Amino acid sequence: MLSDTNLAAILLTLKLATIVTVLLLLIGTPIAWWLARTRSWWKGPISAVVALPIVLPPSVLGFYLLIAMGPNGPVGQFTQSLGLGTLPFTFPGLVVASVFYSMPFVVQPIQNAFEALGERPLEAAATLRAGPLDRFFTVAVPLAKPGFLTASVLGFAHTVGEFGVVLMIGGNIPGVTRVVSVQIYDHVEALEYAEAHLLAGIMLVFSFLVLLAMYLTNPTRARQ
Amino acid sequence: MHPSRFLFALLATLAAGLVHADEIQVAVAANFTAPMKAIAAEFEKDTGHKASLAFGASGKFYAQIKNGAPFQVFLSADDEKPAKLEQEGLAVPGSRFTYAIGTLVLWSAKPGFVDAKGEVLKKGNFEHLALASPKLAPYGAAAVEVMDKLGLTASLQPKFVQGENIAQTQQFIVTGNAELGFVALSQVMKDGKVSEGSAWVVPANLHTPIRQDAVILANGKGNAAAEALMKYLKSAKAAAIIKSYGYAL
Repeated sequence: MLSDTNLAAILLTLKLATIVTVLLLLIGTPIAWWLARTRSWWKGPISAVVALPIVLPPSVLGFYLLIAMGPNGPVGQFTQSLGLGTLPFTFPGLVVASVFYSMPFVVQPIQNAFEALGERPLEAAATLRAGPLDRFFTVAVPLAKPGFLTASVLGFAHTVGEFGVVLMIGGNIPGVTRVVSVQIYDHVEALEYAEAHLLAGIMLVFSFLVLLAMYLTNPTRARQ
Repeated sequence: MHPSRFLFALLATLAAGLVHADEIQVAVAANFTAPMKAIAAEFEKDTGHKASLAFGASGKFYAQIKNGAPFQVFLSADDEKPAKLEQEGLAVPGSRFTYAIGTLVLWSAKPGFVDAKGEVLKKGNFEHLALASPKLAPYGAAAVEVMDKLGLTASLQPKFVQGENIAQTQQFIVTGNAELGFVALSQVMKDGKVSEGSAWVVPANLHTPIRQDAVILANGKGNAAAEALMKYLKSAKAAAIIKSYGYAL
């Protein structure tokens, strides 16, 4: 039923979303922890920067990334000096772009979960002589599990749903940067409505099921 | 003022703007952006009609027109889509004509990178070759045809990066992300010559002619401004503008 190119696009999208979600959990957790605990003046500006992709049109992000990662941009000059070439039109380029693009969807749920913990469990752990790292991994993280779950689901789903940024920096290369959303766009433009319907339907069902699973397994957050 | 009254006044103003008879909405293929802007300015000066222009991929316009987009005139990048619209009863029969024949060019933003004979394609000393999606854009299809004829498609394919339309393709090259690529001559031509970078104007015998057809859409049937624009596109004045951007007629 699925053509090879459609299947390739689906697999590529899943690979991208998985890698991005893992990276974002690694990068986003310390940021969320810091944002949840700090009293620094920097909390406001950093929160705003993290949340920017929610507000900015993907075309703005795509434009800046294309310029910055291009051969004359600062990021491009850096990657070239490392002998890595430039990032646009490559899979790592999409990963970098998606990490920015999906960052708030991972950081914010984790941050909320950390904030909801309050000081008491951590203080209690401290009186039992748990060190800071121990407190973080054995107290904070398990208690914030629902937040991590929401963050993973949203980060994954949002990356799957990415379109504008990929269109601008991807170059539409099969198996490298042609993700499902771009493939659907191509089908629509080429008037291949049957294939567009098939892929669009898969996306719709997938997105619904992912969100449904999140709300079912995380009823307390859903009720809030 | 009460908010609902304000809203009413706003809507009334907008509606008045919409029914203004002398303004038409024109869907224009991306490669024809620059000449059409020049033509529309002259058209307005000479006839008093205003042509409001939307630029994009022809395939996208076709889909939008099929789904009720409010365009009165369509300037496609090919001759298939206008014919198809006519068959489907979405365009005015007999209004269709070829307003320009496109010229393909291999272009780089770097001076001296592309030689006058296109030998650079055989050398292959680049990482990315930009072209418009061959499936969607006539200029993309023509580019593949050229590489097929030169026997280079297989070796160059891994370097392909595809723009959604010819304008995005050019932007990949302008930003330096692709060293070179196939675009429309009209995009890199100013005052009758290639204004920046380096180029190989692809000989017309290497691909089927890119006939670009215009058509009045069902929406513009009997619309004086739409008819005036079609007539204007055939005028000597428009022809001079079109040719100055490297199109054949």
